[in-house]
Amino acid sequence: MTKVSMRINGEQVNADVDGAQLLAYFLRDKLNLTGTHIGCDTSQCGACVVHLNGRAVKSCTMLAAQADGADITTIEGIQKNGELHPVQRAFQQHHALQCGFCTPGMIMAAVDIIENTNDLDEHSVREQLEGNICRCTGYQNIIAAILSAAKEMRG
Amino acid sequence: MSNTGIGARIERTEDKRFITGNGRYTDDINLPGQVYASFVRSPHAHAKVTGIDAKDALALKGVVKVFTGKDMEADGLGGLICGWTVTSKDGEPMKVGGHPSLAPERVRYVGDCVAVVIGESREAARLGAEAVAVSYEELDAVVEPAQAQNQNAPKVHEDIDKNLCFHWELGDKEATDAAFDKAAHVTHLDIVNNRLIPNAIEPRAALGDYNPGSGDYTLYTTSQNPHVERLVLSAFVGVAPEHKLRVISPDVGGGFGSKIFVYAEETVCLWAAGKIQRPVKWTAERSESFLSDAHGRDHVTRAELALDGDGRFLALRAHTVANLGAYLSTFSSSVPTYLYGTLLSGQYDIAAIHVEVEGVYTHTAPVDAYRGAGRPEATFVVERLVERAARETNKDPAELRKKNFVTKFPHQTPVILNYDTGDYNACIDRASEMIDYKSFDKRRKEAQAKGKLRGIGFSTYIEACGLAPSNAVGSLGAGVGLWESAEVRVNPTGNVEVLTGAHSHGQGHETSFAQLVSDRLTIPIEDITIVHGDTASVQFGMGTYGSRSAAVGMSAIDGALDKVITKAKRIAAHILEVQPDDIELADAAFRIKGTNKFIPWGELALNAYTAHKFSTSEIEPGLKETAFYDPTNFTFPAGCHICELEVDPQTGCVEIVDYVAVDDFGTIINPMIVEGQVHGGVLQGIGQALLENGVYDVETGQLVTGSYMDYTMPRAHDAPPLRLDFTNTPAPSNPLGVKGCGEAGAIAAPAAVLNALTSAIGHENISMPATPAKVWRAIQT
Ligand code: FES
Ligand code: FES
Repeated sequence: MTKVSMRINGEQVNADVDGAQLLAYFLRDKLNLTGTHIGCDTSQCGACVVHLNGRAVKSCTMLAAQADGADITTIEGIQKNGELHPVQRAFQQHHALQCGFCTPGMIMAAVDIIENTNDLDEHSVREQLEGNICRCTGYQNIIAAILSAAKEMRG
Repeated sequence: MSNTGIGARIERTEDKRFITGNGRYTDDINLPGQVYASFVRSPHAHAKVTGIDAKDALALKGVVKVFTGKDMEADGLGGLICGWTVTSKDGEPMKVGGHPSLAPERVRYVGDCVAVVIGESREAARLGAEAVAVSYEELDAVVEPAQAQNQNAPKVHEDIDKNLCFHWELGDKEATDAAFDKAAHVTHLDIVNNRLIPNAIEPRAALGDYNPGSGDYTLYTTSQNPHVERLVLSAFVGVAPEHKLRVISPDVGGGFGSKIFVYAEETVCLWAAGKIQRPVKWTAERSESFLSDAHGRDHVTRAELALDGDGRFLALRAHTVANLGAYLSTFSSSVPTYLYGTLLSGQYDIAAIHVEVEGVYTHTAPVDAYRGAGRPEATFVVERLVERAARETNKDPAELRKKNFVTKFPHQTPVILNYDTGDYNACIDRASEMIDYKSFDKRRKEAQAKGKLRGIGFSTYIEACGLAPSNAVGSLGAGVGLWESAEVRVNPTGNVEVLTGAHSHGQGHETSFAQLVSDRLTIPIEDITIVHGDTASVQFGMGTYGSRSAAVGMSAIDGALDKVITKAKRIAAHILEVQPDDIELADAAFRIKGTNKFIPWGELALNAYTAHKFSTSEIEPGLKETAFYDPTNFTFPAGCHICELEVDPQTGCVEIVDYVAVDDFGTIINPMIVEGQVHGGVLQGIGQALLENGVYDVETGQLVTGSYMDYTMPRAHDAPPLRLDFTNTPAPSNPLGVKGCGEAGAIAAPAAVLNALTSAIGHENISMPATPAKVWRAIQT
């Protein structure tokens, strides 16, 4: 067991973790933050994306112990004062989700893409979503949602 | 149309929980005292199990228990079943190989479960599974149906000769052969429909629970049809009687068919929960999903189309070998037979059709329904044949289709189905206009100037959905009726709960079903809740697949709403002292027609329960009604998809530059949701055409494409922007006129893409998935 302490969705968390436990399982099993999903075992589907110190990471690719000292945001933590994040709103408005399983990872990836790319266009969004698989939507409405949220976030 | 009623493009009510991380999927549920299951799976495609030694596993910290097939046998548990009996052309019923949940003495595909290890944690269970020593005597395996049919091929089930499950036929062979004899032209086609691995992004999962006090079992699982799951687990496997078993299928992250079936893992978790009297949980790792989710498609077909001198289709014949995998899955026998052969008439008037299908066992994962189920395979055969016939006879592919379209309804095909309505010309004309078919040659020349090969391909598909009249499917071998049930509960405060036997795993039923209720009861959509996925609340249901939930599920709701409205009007009539016929329901009030005397909806609901103002000897108190709805026919969604693409001859890379889809789904409840279904379906079809392939090594029987590194899932940059439109000939077989929209994209797209690709490269013989390497090679030859 390793002692870790990190900020998760703005709250301090101190815990003992098994040295082999992945961050994704730590969030889900230990902290009951089940919005972060696990869709694969090869780090390819992106259902598990969270923000670590402000950047998108796949929480299935790192150990919980490696997140010691980090500031983590999950899908449960991106609403501000009870208001949906613009990307969340855009996903609903554009019907960018069907079964919802890829959705938390998609939204977390999308926020990162919007915040860290200049000159976002359809092509660049499609390229940057390489690491997120959706089996339901055909991506068309996901792309539309991300572009629309980007516009709103940039005013 | 009210602003939330039928036809309204409203946002989905279920989205809120999914976008905030509050969805509740099976793996999100944990019970006190829960332990975890990990399965010991066969590493061999075919072997005898000569011994299982669990000593080392049991010695590990945290390992609770190890069970094998023998333990299940000792408890008298039955195997998994196939619910559709197909009869061979010689009158013999299909040959069914036994399918134990845990294989006691023989394993038949890589991933077949041999034992289960129960551990205090996921890790303990997994380490325990690794420590179970299974001795195998390896045997030869066969993964290709063609080889499996050899007399001396290894047998998947010892007593089944040539691995032949059934040799089925449909249609009139003599009439078909006679028509071919008269043909002016015959087009031949040898075609493979590649094996697909469904890959819903939520892996399958199960959590079994047992209450020793009451003897009640509960199973939380990723199922598209919880009631059918319960029926199979109690009536056939015998884990618990139906009234002692509750199946809950909470939020489910996509199914596409793969979560219809009753699998070994949930069966074992439920049974083991009873054995050790603790909740048992299992969640598939993706590699397990690849190995053990039922796969789709996998047909090899030879087909021919006979034309007269004018280009009229005279007859079609096809011979298909369908790979069924090692065991029959829940509905697998119906897919390459009644869901396939019946669709071989396409949108065309063809007088004679004959099809033979051999269903063959191999040492591969079971094959069953995957989005479209049989209908994509049929459409691929018909639409590739027609396109090729047009090329061979120098006819315009659109004109050749139009010449042969069915235009009069009802139309009885030679392969069972009776098309009740449609307008196929409307779809092809609109799609041609959208893609500007007339100017295609200009675009082809422009592409040529850039060094690109440009092609265009049509796919005018039809499907039979809304499965379907119970007596009809019963006569074809189905073990279940395919009606749907619904219950509408009006609460005393006027809000409404609707219980449906359909199940939503992405389709947005909580919204579209509520739209129907809002429309009919004229109450706000916020006052309506749709309840599904729990056998303890919904009385019975057949679940969601085959694009049936709008046509059958909503029709059942509509029936229950009729009864609610009728009763409510009787109560209103009593209170207002008029006849029920004098009452109308509008704007959330029961009003005496032509007057301004009314009772608001909420007041009526309260009165129904207080029962103060009417005679309960005449009218029972309360306001709750149930309906079972059995459709009078299948529904026949149809449409025209056109794909335009460019090939880079240097690299073989294919870029879809335009794709239009014009679909006739009858009445549309929520256009936004329907468009989403088409988007997703088309991309799965494009995935099949260009990217996806489930491959087994012929020598070893190992699954070569067992992860996202080897199996090419369509990503965002693989998806072309789609342009959609709809036509509407309302389905006459249900009160709403809806036909179903869930599978059309996956059915139509592969033929559209391959027709476009072969048109671009001028080479007919290219198989799916048409990867750049294959395309490049084809161009070189
Ligand atoms: S679960 Fe992390 S990428 Fe799939
Ligand atoms: S919405 Fe189902 S996987 Fe994306």
